[in-house]
Amino acid sequence: MKYRIVVLAKQVPDTRNVGKDAMKADGTVNRAALPAIFNPEDLNALEQALRIKDRFPGSEIIVLTMGPFRAAEIIRESLYRGADRGYLITDRKFAGSDTLATSYAISLAVKKLEPYHFVISGRQAIDGDTAQVGPQTAEKLHLPQVTYAEDILDIEKDSVTIKRRIEMGVEIVKSTLPVAITVHGSAPSCRARLAKLVMKYKHARTITELQEETKDYTDLYSHRPYLQIDEWTVADLNADAEMLGLSGSPTKVKKIENVVLAHKESTRLTADDKDVEWLMQELISRHVIG
Amino acid sequence: MNNIFVYCEVSEEKSISDVSLELLSKGRKLANELGVKLEAIVLGDKIENLEGNLYPYGVDVIHYADDKRLFPFLTLPHSTLLIDLFKKEKPEVVLFGATSIGRDIAPRIASALRCGLTADCTSLEIGDHFENRTQKEYKSLLYQIRPAFGGNIIATIINPDTRPQMATVREGVMKKEIVNPNYKGKLKSIDAKGLLKDEDFIVQIIERHIEKSKVNIKNAGIIVSGGYGVGSRENFKMLYDLAEVLGADVGATRAAVDAGFEDHERQIGQTGVTVRPKLYIACGISGAVQHRAGMDQSAQIISINTDPNAPINFIADYTIIGNVNDIIPKMIKYYKKNSK
Ligand SMILES: Cc1cc2nc3c(=O)[nH]c(=O)nc-3n(C[C@H](O)[C@H](O)[C@H](O)COP(=O)(O)OP(=O)(O)OC[C@H]3O[C@@H](n4cnc5c(N)ncnc54)[C@H](O)[C@@H]3O)c2cc1C
Ligand SMILES: Nc1ncnc2c1ncn2[C@@H]1O[C@H](COP(=O)(O)O)[C@@H](O)[C@H]1O
Repeated sequence: MKYRIVVLAKQVPDTRNVGKDAMKADGTVNRAALPAIFNPEDLNALEQALRIKDRFPGSEIIVLTMGPFRAAEIIRESLYRGADRGYLITDRKFAGSDTLATSYAISLAVKKLEPYHFVISGRQAIDGDTAQVGPQTAEKLHLPQVTYAEDILDIEKDSVTIKRRIEMGVEIVKSTLPVAITVHGSAPSCRARLAKLVMKYKHARTITELQEETKDYTDLYSHRPYLQIDEWTVADLNADAEMLGLSGSPTKVKKIENVVLAHKESTRLTADDKDVEWLMQELISRHVIG
Repeated sequence: MNNIFVYCEVSEEKSISDVSLELLSKGRKLANELGVKLEAIVLGDKIENLEGNLYPYGVDVIHYADDKRLFPFLTLPHSTLLIDLFKKEKPEVVLFGATSIGRDIAPRIASALRCGLTADCTSLEIGDHFENRTQKEYKSLLYQIRPAFGGNIIATIINPDTRPQMATVREGVMKKEIVNPNYKGKLKSIDAKGLLKDEDFIVQIIERHIEKSKVNIKNAGIIVSGGYGVGSRENFKMLYDLAEVLGADVGATRAAVDAGFEDHERQIGQTGVTVRPKLYIACGISGAVQHRAGMDQSAQIISINTDPNAPINFIADYTIIGNVNDIIPKMIKYYKKNSK
C-alpha cells in the first residue's frame, strides 16, 4: 500500500525565547527580534508522516504551509528531512485571518491534493496556542479527527490505530481513512536533516524568492523541477475572498492593552541571613505558614 | 436575545466535571447581566442525580442525551448532537472547558457553524462595541479576554456578527458557586437515537488507560513555584525540599517546563493550571502575563529574583533580591529554627 500524507506546518515566532529585547518600549512585540521557527509540534507531525513512509515505501509526503514568503523555509526544512514536496499558501488577502479563515484556505489546498489518506498537523502553534486549525480543517474536509496523537500504532489497508495522549491518560482509537490527525508534543521528535537531502534541496525556491535573488527560474525549474516550490494564491485555490482575511474572520480584536501592574506595597529584602530569618518569623507569626 | 449554553463534560465517575460547574457559575452571572437563561448540555450515559446537581448553579434548562455510545467522549457523535442543537436553539454564547475534550470539539463546532471561538480565556465580560469602519453599534457582546502572545499584553476579542460567541476556559479560572440550592429548571431530552448515524462511529475506542492525576496543585494552600531562573532539574529538588518542610506543593512556569526542569502537569498560567493559594513563592520567575494569569489571585506572594525589576516583584508582597540557590536553603534553615 502507498499512502498520500498531507502535513500542515506553520512558521511561528519563537515565543519560548521571548527575551527583554523582544518587547518594544511601547509594550508591543518586536517580531523582528524573535527568530522564526518551525512550530515545534509540527515537527512531531512531520515525523509521524515520515514513519508512515518508512513503513510503506513509495508513500508521498506533501507539506502545506500558509504564511508570508519567508515561510518557504518550512518547506525546505521538511524536504531536508524527507518530505517529497510542498506548497506555500501565500497571498496578501490572507492577512488577518483567524483560525476559521485559515482552516478554510488550508482545506481548499488539501482538496487540491486528493486523493489523500492522512492530513497530519501539530496539536497547536506556539504563537497562540489555540489548537483550532487542525479540528477546523478536519471539519471543512468532512474528515474524522483524532487529536493529541502520540503514536500511530498500526495501519491496515484503510484503517489506522492511534495512541492519543489525553489529560487523564491514554486512549487507543481506530479510524477509517482518510483521517485528520493532530500530533501532541509528547510524540517522538523529528529526525535530523539528511545531508544527502540538504544537498539535493538547498536550492529549492519559490518564484518570489528567485525573483528577489534575481535568478532565472525558468532555467532552474526546467532542469531540476523538484527545486520548484509552488506558491498557491487565493486564485489558485478558487477561494471566496469574503471568507478570507479580516472579512472571513468572525473573531476581531477589540483592543490590546498593556497591563499596567498595580504596584503593590511590597517589602523589599536582601539575601542576608537576617532578612531571610525575619521573613520566616513574619510568616510564622502571621500564620501564613506553620 | 438568546440564551447562554454550557457544554458540560462528564467525568470518569460519571458526574459533571468541575470545569463545567465553574463555567455554569460564570454563565449564570453573564445570563443575569444579559437577562437571558442559562442552559446546560449533557451528553452521556446514565448520569446520576443530574438535575439535583446542576439546578443549584442556576441552570434553567438541561439538554440531556442519555445513550451508552456517548461515553467515553467521541468527537463525531458529540459534534452531531451539538450542531443539531445549536442550529435549533441559536445560542447567544456557548462556553466549553479548555480541556482535552473541549479543545477537541469546540473548534469543530465553530467551523461547522462558521462562528468565532477564543481559546483559553482568562476573563469573560459583557460590553458594547462601536465599529468605526461601518459606523455600527453593537450592544452586549461577549468580551473574550486573554493574554496575547508576547509579554504584557491582554487582548479583548469579540465576535460582532456571528453567533454563537464561543470561548474555552481552563479549569480553575472561574469560581464554582452554587447560587441557590432550591433553584429549579427543566430537563429536555435530546433524541440521540434518532440523530446519530453509523458514520458518527467510524472512530472507535479500542482501549483506555485513565489514571487519576497525582498532582493536585489546583487546591494547594501553599505553592513553591520555580521558573527558568532555577536553572536545572537538579536545582528544582531544592524547591521540593522547601515544599516539604512547609507542607506545600511545587509548581512551575512554562519556560521551566519547556526546559525540562519540571513536568507539564505542574505548569501554572494561562495554558496551565490556575491557582489561588494563601502563599505563592515564586523562585526565579520573571512574571510574564501568561504566568501571572494563573497565580495573581494568590493571597500572599513572595518573589525571589536576582533582577530587582522583574515584573513579578511588582505584584509580590515580599521580594527577596538574590539568587534562589542561596536563598532557599536559608528559608529551610530559618523556618526549621523558628517553628516549633
Ligand atoms: C500562548 C502562550 C501561552 C503561555 N502560557 C504560559 C503559561 O501557562 N504559564 C507560564 O508560566 N508561561 C506561559 N507562557 C510563557 C510566558 O510568556 C513566559 O515565557 C514564561 O512564563 C517565562 O517563564 P520564566 O519566568 O520561568 O522565565 P524567564 O522569563 O526566563 O525568567 C527567569 C527569571 O529568573 C530570574 N533569575 C535568573 N537566574 C536566577 C537566579 N539564580 N536566582 C533568582 N532569579 C533568577 C531572572 O531575573 C528572570 O526574572 C505562554 C506563552 C505563550 C505565547
Ligand atoms: N498558517 C498555517 N500553515 C500551515 N499549518 C498551520 C497554519 N496554522 C495552523 N496550522 C496547523 O494547525 C495546527 C494548530 O494551529 P493553531 O490552531 O494555530 O494552534 C498547527 O500545529 C499546524 O499544524
